[in-house]
Amino acid sequence: MTTLAVTPFHRRVRTFVRRLPVFIGVAILLAIVAYPLIWLLLGSFKQQDEFLSEPFWSLPRNWSLDNYTEAFVGGGLGKYILNSVIAVFPSMFLILFLGTAAGFALEVMVWKGRGAVLLVFLAGVMIPLQMILLPLFTIYFKLHLTGTLWPLIITYTATGLPLTVFMMATFFRAVPREIFEAATLDGANIYRIFWSVGMPLVRNALFTVALVQFFFIWNDLLIALTFTNSQDLRTIQAGLLNFTGQYGAVDYGPMFAGIAVNVVGTLVLYLFLNQKVMKGLTAGSVKG
Amino acid sequence: MERLLGNPRAVLVLLGPALLVYSLVMLVPIVWSLVYTVYEGNAVSGFEFVGIDNFVRFFNDPTALEAVGFTLRYALILTVLQVVVGYALALLYVFYLKKASSLVRTLVFFPVILPTVAVALLFRRFFEAAPTEGPINSIMQFVGLNTFDWFGQPDASFWVILMMDLWRSMGFYAVLLYAGVVEIPEDIIESARIDGAAGWRLVRHIILPLSLPVLLSATIFSINGTLKVFDSVVALTNGGPGTSTTPLTVYMFQTSFSFGQYGYGSTVALMLTVMCLLVTIFIFRASRRDLTRNDK
Repeated sequence: MTTLAVTPFHRRVRTFVRRLPVFIGVAILLAIVAYPLIWLLLGSFKQQDEFLSEPFWSLPRNWSLDNYTEAFVGGGLGKYILNSVIAVFPSMFLILFLGTAAGFALEVMVWKGRGAVLLVFLAGVMIPLQMILLPLFTIYFKLHLTGTLWPLIITYTATGLPLTVFMMATFFRAVPREIFEAATLDGANIYRIFWSVGMPLVRNALFTVALVQFFFIWNDLLIALTFTNSQDLRTIQAGLLNFTGQYGAVDYGPMFAGIAVNVVGTLVLYLFLNQKVMKGLTAGSVKG
Repeated sequence: MERLLGNPRAVLVLLGPALLVYSLVMLVPIVWSLVYTVYEGNAVSGFEFVGIDNFVRFFNDPTALEAVGFTLRYALILTVLQVVVGYALALLYVFYLKKASSLVRTLVFFPVILPTVAVALLFRRFFEAAPTEGPINSIMQFVGLNTFDWFGQPDASFWVILMMDLWRSMGFYAVLLYAGVVEIPEDIIESARIDGAAGWRLVRHIILPLSLPVLLSATIFSINGTLKVFDSVVALTNGGPGTSTTPLTVYMFQTSFSFGQYGYGSTVALMLTVMCLLVTIFIFRASRRDLTRNDK
């Protein structure tokens, strides 16, 4: 009677003990991932003297939003975010529209040389951006575009295209050809087939590519740093880099607040769309 | 039907805009950049033909060679770390956490999408020594070690950059490799288990050989990304102390935009491109040779 009652319990204890190292390992892993971010959030509420005299694990004395106000008012964070939005969304729209049309033309339509053109696009995924910065700088300078956000929009659009064309072509390849052939037999013209048949079929893929491109462009530093030479044009990444310069080692609170705003933006997106983001980014991993 | 799907005017209308933008903003500048390598000067001051001087200078420039060294060292070590840690996490997901791994996968992936600038500025504070002590130095003091200036010393800075980039990217490689490991057919693993393979032997003889293709693509992806490291370094150490943590990308940026030397900057960019191509080809070759040896 007693042995019968104890055995399952024993077995459970034994399983638990055997799995304990895994639990501890996972706990440490999650702590390593989460702790810097928790520290960041706590720090964004701390006053300067708390940074200087309190130990790092202390909680903020009060939870005021002063640092955030200071980051937006004194640090110009609002302007940086606005610049990012102005640069990111038009380029994203252009990338998606041009990239999907090109993917359709390269994968669904039948013509000589389409394989070669796809390879030409693929080459653009491999080339380091450093190869195109200087000529572009000269071109934008000659066209008097320096001093506007146009260089960012144009460059983001062009550099986002190779991966998008490649990914969209892959997605169109997965669509059964019969669907397009049936549509031609129904008498639809080619633009209608693209817009009313092709586009809806890859709607999910389009959304995935949009997410991937959003993260690439929003997080970009190299292009933003190259083509924005004045304070007024800085994107959030370039502006945040400047935050340290401006405040140096002096003003921690607003800088933490600025970093936190930057992090929380992507966090919210990730909270709702994490599975799509993970799938999209790993699918886009031909970009190297 | 074939005529409709092969309509040349429609191809032009649909493909034309993308191809035009891509050609004007990427292909033309690539060729233009190649031309720059035999000139010196900049958009403001004008250009002067210098022949192969830029290349001679590159191979005699200690800072450039140091940058090549840093780039290679950084790329090789980080690639190994990313693939090994990512693979370990993938095995953890598949064989220990099993169905419950989704949450852990999602959480560990999160740093991947964070802006590198934000992460780097955060890690700067995390490892700071003065004026305030970051958590790392506080812990070191707590266990009886001295406060250490991580950014005052080349080797320490190098490892901080590596640790940060590993923190940032391990979740990505874990998911990438997880997708490969999880596809290994259950019955192969099961029959190996029945034959008595378990633990390390199972991984070494069954799982590792079967995940070689995905490991190879992860390696190529990783090395191509790490050779182009820019954001992390600029925001974390800005190449310092001195020029000890300056990769080719940052050196190119400095010569071009701080010193206005377009010719030399383009030469550095070309060298970077050549390096990326060579390393990728080298890994392809090496892996193919390995695979044929395994076949014998």
